[in-house]
Amino acid sequence: MPAGKHRKNMEEKQITLQIDHHFVTVPQGTTILDAAQKIGIDIPTLCHIDLKGTCIRNNPASCRICVVEIEGRRNLAPACATRCAQDMVVRTSTLRVMNARKIVAELILSDHPNECLTCPKAGDCELQNLALRFNIREMPFNGGELSQRKREVTASIVRNMDKCIFCRRCESVCNEVQTVGALGAIRRGFNTTIAPAFDKMMSESECTYCGQCVAVCPVGALTERDHTNRLVEDLADPEKVVIVQTAPAVRAAIGEEFGLPAGTLVTGKMVAALRELGFDYVFDTDFAADLTVMEEGAEMLDRLTRYLGGDRTVRLPILTSCCPAWVNFFEHQFPDMLDIPSTARSPQQMFGSIAKTWWAEKMGIPREKLVVVSIMPCLAKKYECDRDEFKTDGNPDVDYSLTTRELARLIKRANISFTLLPDMDFDQPLGASTGAGVIFGATGGVMEAALRTVYELYTGKTLKSVNFQNVRGMDGVRRASVDLDGFELKVGIAHGLGNARHLLEDIRHGRNEYHAIEIMACPGGCIGGGGQPLHHGHSEVLYARANALYKEDAGKTLRKSHENPYIRQLYSEFLGKPLSGTAEHLLHTHYFNKSI
Amino acid sequence: MPDIKLPCDVAGKVEEICDRHGNNPGELINILHEAQHIMGYLPEEMQRIVARKLGIPVSKVYGVVTFYAFFTMTAKGRYPVSVCMGTACYVRGSEKLLDEFKRILGIDVGQTTPDGKFSLDCLRCVGACGLAPVVMIGDKVYGRLQPVDVKRILDELE
Repeated sequence: MPAGKHRKNMEEKQITLQIDHHFVTVPQGTTILDAAQKIGIDIPTLCHIDLKGTCIRNNPASCRICVVEIEGRRNLAPACATRCAQDMVVRTSTLRVMNARKIVAELILSDHPNECLTCPKAGDCELQNLALRFNIREMPFNGGELSQRKREVTASIVRNMDKCIFCRRCESVCNEVQTVGALGAIRRGFNTTIAPAFDKMMSESECTYCGQCVAVCPVGALTERDHTNRLVEDLADPEKVVIVQTAPAVRAAIGEEFGLPAGTLVTGKMVAALRELGFDYVFDTDFAADLTVMEEGAEMLDRLTRYLGGDRTVRLPILTSCCPAWVNFFEHQFPDMLDIPSTARSPQQMFGSIAKTWWAEKMGIPREKLVVVSIMPCLAKKYECDRDEFKTDGNPDVDYSLTTRELARLIKRANISFTLLPDMDFDQPLGASTGAGVIFGATGGVMEAALRTVYELYTGKTLKSVNFQNVRGMDGVRRASVDLDGFELKVGIAHGLGNARHLLEDIRHGRNEYHAIEIMACPGGCIGGGGQPLHHGHSEVLYARANALYKEDAGKTLRKSHENPYIRQLYSEFLGKPLSGTAEHLLHTHYFNKSI
Repeated sequence: MPDIKLPCDVAGKVEEICDRHGNNPGELINILHEAQHIMGYLPEEMQRIVARKLGIPVSKVYGVVTFYAFFTMTAKGRYPVSVCMGTACYVRGSEKLLDEFKRILGIDVGQTTPDGKFSLDCLRCVGACGLAPVVMIGDKVYGRLQPVDVKRILDELE
């Protein structure tokens, strides 16, 4: 304890230094970069990323873009890794500093392909932005360039290692944050590349397609697999009926691509834009999220009831299964525990399954003419659509999935002035949702949605308040307990696969305190997904998006999944009841041992 | 899961090496060093065992193996040939010597002949510069070699 106490005192100690003639006081231990940011001095960075409030961090101090001059020191110092000291005098924009930064950038560019015109990252590339900012107008260095590194197109992620600048952000995220361990630096010198072990393809590795490497890649080395051209062709085909579902997190983020502040809810404009693009019906994944709550909630109640009835063969805790990267993670890393997660399919897949059966039959549309497209904040969803168990005679339930970023690009390409669009409503019946469906996009949301329904179905009482504040927030692991008429239901929430691993290892070793756990692979849940507009290291963007979803939930009349009238209609007309034979067949799945 | 193709006793030896180092990830390089002595190289399966024992991603292990020139993933021949490329040997024609080894064995540096008899590598200075150019085959040192000697030496090895 004394050591910890001492440390706390150290952290609380304030020091004052001077940066570009401004005095600033910061807690001891603060980096020059953070101190400068505090007074509005924006020191350029490249390899560094620190998504504050989450565990996403990469600080190898290897690129040297952020160098500054410190009085009394002979060498320039990297601002990202140099701690402030009392009375330090720092200059961030002297001629020496500016020249050094420019040369560093020029050297990085000397081994970088000149493909900006056709690069998928153009316009959103941190290296390109630096070249612009440093006024680089020619390439003074050439030679040493190696263009033999691996290129790969997976179902979700496109890897073009010629563009890699070795910032190691992807490696940090894949190993330290997600603990997946798919990507690492191999070989040395000009032969270095970032790749899975034994230089295998990502598709042959433990990769979960969470896409967090793509979300942090500053350049075009890691990008999403683009389906926009495929969609344009399908929309132009008069033979096809093309319908779309939009995930909850998309509406809280896509506005950013059109200059709106983070957290601006643009649900109505998004629907209008999708209609403009030519979709025959615009539906909502939130409908399927409500359906997920019904099925997963029923499964949770079934396991709990049997457990409380004395059946000790019941596997608890039940784990959510909405997140396809999380599913990939446990299939690869915890193949001995495949019977613990809920068997409920993800909302995306439930939607596709219902759209291509119940809805298509109602509408008289043959399966082969119906194209189901999803707009997702996620890269793993692209892979999920492609899984064989979600196909009927080779025809997938969801044909393909686009990210939020791809949709934004398509809207721009189709000359749609997004911000000027009127607000429009989703089509019915697959566009109706409750507030419970909306909050699926934020970490804790699935659990909160499930609690609203499980509580009422278990106790037969009406909830006084539907807000479960203690499952919300951004802490990596959160715990809460809910009183179900004398039975204390203990739930856990984890986001980020590294946090999930801790919980799973506890369960594996019999140290479990929970009845149910929600897990999302990405920081903040789907709002921080690998397919979202890039946060460029600003975690406040994630907070704003989560708040937007809770705002939309609060504004809804219906906030409990089991109150969704169209869900009731679906059960009465088609499915019968949750966990019925039809429901098991269409809405549930099984898992595979994918250990390497 | 790919079958572990290593002989059982080899897998056991690798695990024992890891245990002896307390399965400490900080000991990775020492562990790999010892593990390479077992078979003369570090096959994929061996790296997977080390990763599992130390609780680190196999990509990390592979990263270290490919970073250091000392580690190799190619099985060495029964007669590992190492041609010295140190300064003294180089100026006295070791490159021509190396070319002759490549020509006769039909393999490149870092490779092993299909019959597993010879493998070819370069090294930097064995401390016998007076004998330059120097070639080591196994533990035996051959000095003052000319390309014409190469065929004779190889033929002499059964």
